[in-house]
Amino acid sequence: MSDGEAAAVQNRELRKDLAAVRRRGLSAALLVLAAIDLLVFARTASGASKTIFELNAAPALRVPPIHIPVFGTLVGLGIACALLAVVQYLWKGNPRTFLLLGIGLALSGVAFLAWAGQGKTVDVEGLLTTSLIEAVPLTLGALSGLLCERSGVINIAIEGQFLIAAFVGAVVGSATGSLWLGLLCGALAGGVVGLLLAVFTITYRADQIIVGVVLDAFALGLTTFFLLSLLVPNQMTLNSPAVFGPIPIPLLDRIPIIGPLLFDQNIMVYLTIVILVAVQVALFQTRWGLRVRAVGEHPRAAETVGIKVLRVRYRNVILGGIVAGIGGASFTIGSTGQFAHNMTAGLGYIALAAMIFGGWRPLGALGAALLFGFFDALQFTLSALSAPIPSNFLSMFPYLATILAVAGLVGRVVPPAADGQPYARE
Amino acid sequence: MSDEPLRPDAEPRGGGSTLARFGRFLLSGNAVIVTLLAFVSALVLGGIIIVLASPAATTAWGRFGHAPGAAFAQSWHAIATAYSALFIGSIGSPRGIVQAIASGDGHSISSAFYPLSETLVSTTPLMMSGLGIALAFRAGLFDIGGQGQLILGAIGATLAGFLMPGLPIYLHLPLAIIVGAVFGAVWGFIPGILKARTGAHEVITSMMLNYVGLNLLTYILTTALFQAPPRYQPVSKVVAGTARLPLLAGASLRVNLGIVLAVACMVGVAWLLQRSTLGFKFRMLGANREAARVAGVNISMQYVLAMTLAGAIVGLAGAFMVLGVDHRIAAGYGGTIGFDGITVAILGRGNPYGVGLSALLFGAFAAGGRTMQLDANIPLQLVQVLQAVLVLFVAAPGVIRTIFRIRVRGAGRVFGGWSG
Repeated sequence: MSDGEAAAVQNRELRKDLAAVRRRGLSAALLVLAAIDLLVFARTASGASKTIFELNAAPALRVPPIHIPVFGTLVGLGIACALLAVVQYLWKGNPRTFLLLGIGLALSGVAFLAWAGQGKTVDVEGLLTTSLIEAVPLTLGALSGLLCERSGVINIAIEGQFLIAAFVGAVVGSATGSLWLGLLCGALAGGVVGLLLAVFTITYRADQIIVGVVLDAFALGLTTFFLLSLLVPNQMTLNSPAVFGPIPIPLLDRIPIIGPLLFDQNIMVYLTIVILVAVQVALFQTRWGLRVRAVGEHPRAAETVGIKVLRVRYRNVILGGIVAGIGGASFTIGSTGQFAHNMTAGLGYIALAAMIFGGWRPLGALGAALLFGFFDALQFTLSALSAPIPSNFLSMFPYLATILAVAGLVGRVVPPAADGQPYARE
Repeated sequence: MSDEPLRPDAEPRGGGSTLARFGRFLLSGNAVIVTLLAFVSALVLGGIIIVLASPAATTAWGRFGHAPGAAFAQSWHAIATAYSALFIGSIGSPRGIVQAIASGDGHSISSAFYPLSETLVSTTPLMMSGLGIALAFRAGLFDIGGQGQLILGAIGATLAGFLMPGLPIYLHLPLAIIVGAVFGAVWGFIPGILKARTGAHEVITSMMLNYVGLNLLTYILTTALFQAPPRYQPVSKVVAGTARLPLLAGASLRVNLGIVLAVACMVGVAWLLQRSTLGFKFRMLGANREAARVAGVNISMQYVLAMTLAGAIVGLAGAFMVLGVDHRIAAGYGGTIGFDGITVAILGRGNPYGVGLSALLFGAFAAGGRTMQLDANIPLQLVQVLQAVLVLFVAAPGVIRTIFRIRVRGAGRVFGGWSG
């Protein structure tokens, strides 16, 4: 029995045990959410207080804010969560493991906001908008990782691709005055880092994780070095690009609530949606995608039927770099403009986490990115409400969620079988 | 692992003169040669980057057609200034050292040895985090969570350091060191037990724990227990004098007992890996997991032990930093040292003594980089670039082989993907 087969058998046994553990574990998690609702939030909420949920502040299409009685809502949501826990416990062979936990989390989120914002106004629209904007680089980074890993190359260099692209985007956007050129060069810069990763890992078969980690360190050092030596002395000419403004889509942006949220954003948001759909369709509906997945699952077999394994991997890793580059450019010319030291602050790793959490699937990655973005945005909302929850615990959420996900306690994430294995023709 | 690229490049054999044998040895490209060539390549690439960032040099290159000599002169000047500042900041000026010793003046001796002291101070945590990560490497595990483990170690040492003032130093100092190691061990244990029980990949879990640790640090620095009064800034209370590592060379040099303990740990890890049963099991696991299983090694147990031990050693890096140098922790403590430990471990090829030497090199880089930034006005981060390039070439000896047209024996793969 080869190493791989033995590992597969072991994995299968682990999974069987895990299914039972997961069913009970998820039920327990839902029960904990219910308990927090009822015992912590509802007990400390005063009976008569209300929370106002602001949905659309823009005067053009003002939606009246919703007034929520805190205590009643908390009790109701807590009971709903407890019921979900019972259903989860009894529902053996639940095909969608995520579903109930997702509903439970959403209910608890509403309960939490109602509790935290007692007697105040919660800016729901702002919260959702910030979540969406935070999710843009995360989604693109996750898609980058996905393109690489579906072809069998682990991309830990997303963080580095982000940083270099953010840097190049800002400098080119600033020096030429053309944001589009900045975006293009940022994307290409990400592609160049992808090319480096490809050369080292595919041609020279160096360890993919080591190369990724070292490329991240390289990118951080290089961008900070040039930031301090070139950009800081020439701040006005080299590091003050404009930013992409919002492009309202006629009519659609007039839809209450979701209009301003989805259809009055800048080009980055639209581009992300387009790339997401393109990757989803290309990977699962086209011959190209089938070949990519074949290379990621069983390169030897793919080679046998005439697929050029190394070429597919090269193409995908470079493509992944370009997608991450677009995500990186969104940090500068997509939002704040200026490039700053280590401005991605580990978001490349969260993007990797989003890819894993989303089970190596584009739509899953989007869901994870939105969830992680939401928790990031929640910090701003809570500090605006001066809620008694330290924001650091919210920042931990994406990381803890990912640990639980890879531990198999939430859902079931399976990497492509040949992920991380260098390939040599015989 | 069936795709393992095995290169049949045989070792050079046969007779011939000593010189011919030496020549073949050079061309065969053993680890030392590859490292040296990688070092040269990194310096060359670093030189190009320095020129790109030097306005005088880039202007001269712009006028290359008129005065080609000036372009080279300016470039050489920029590179020489940077690298000599790097050298002087890490080792010191040899002439200065000789003169100071000759003069016999205590003050000038200690200022002549200041760069070396700084190098050793920077080496200490790099060596510890490199040793921990190298230990995990040898067991076939990739501990990418050095940063979190280092932070936890620093938190533990700080806590023990300020919480119990009045203890005698022979109790307090060991206690603070041990608490630091235990805290780090916990951060290593979690990925270990998750891998053993659920198969969760340690790269992902330990990486995620880095950020959990970072946020935990930021949080505890807002609590009354940790934050120094009057609680305006995110810094901790100061470690008591009885929990500090003694200085080795007078009050004006920062070099402390930490470097001695780190060297002792290096010998200890080398002994563990080469001479102990536990180390033998680790190496079996790292060399061939299936063979280790068949031979009756409890693999899950070794995962947990290796990661816990690695976490403890990296935790000591944080403890030594707090107890030896900073005496308190602040937000973002440890910087990238936990991450640099990975590059130190790779450069040292997982061999404890190799790790020690790599840490010394990177420690010299760190100390020299600070001087370079001050004296030559070249950002410290150049050092990070040099290190990354160096390690990149070491990790991919094939690249060196292509550039320098030498034969290199394939370096074994450390690690095999998510499902491995």
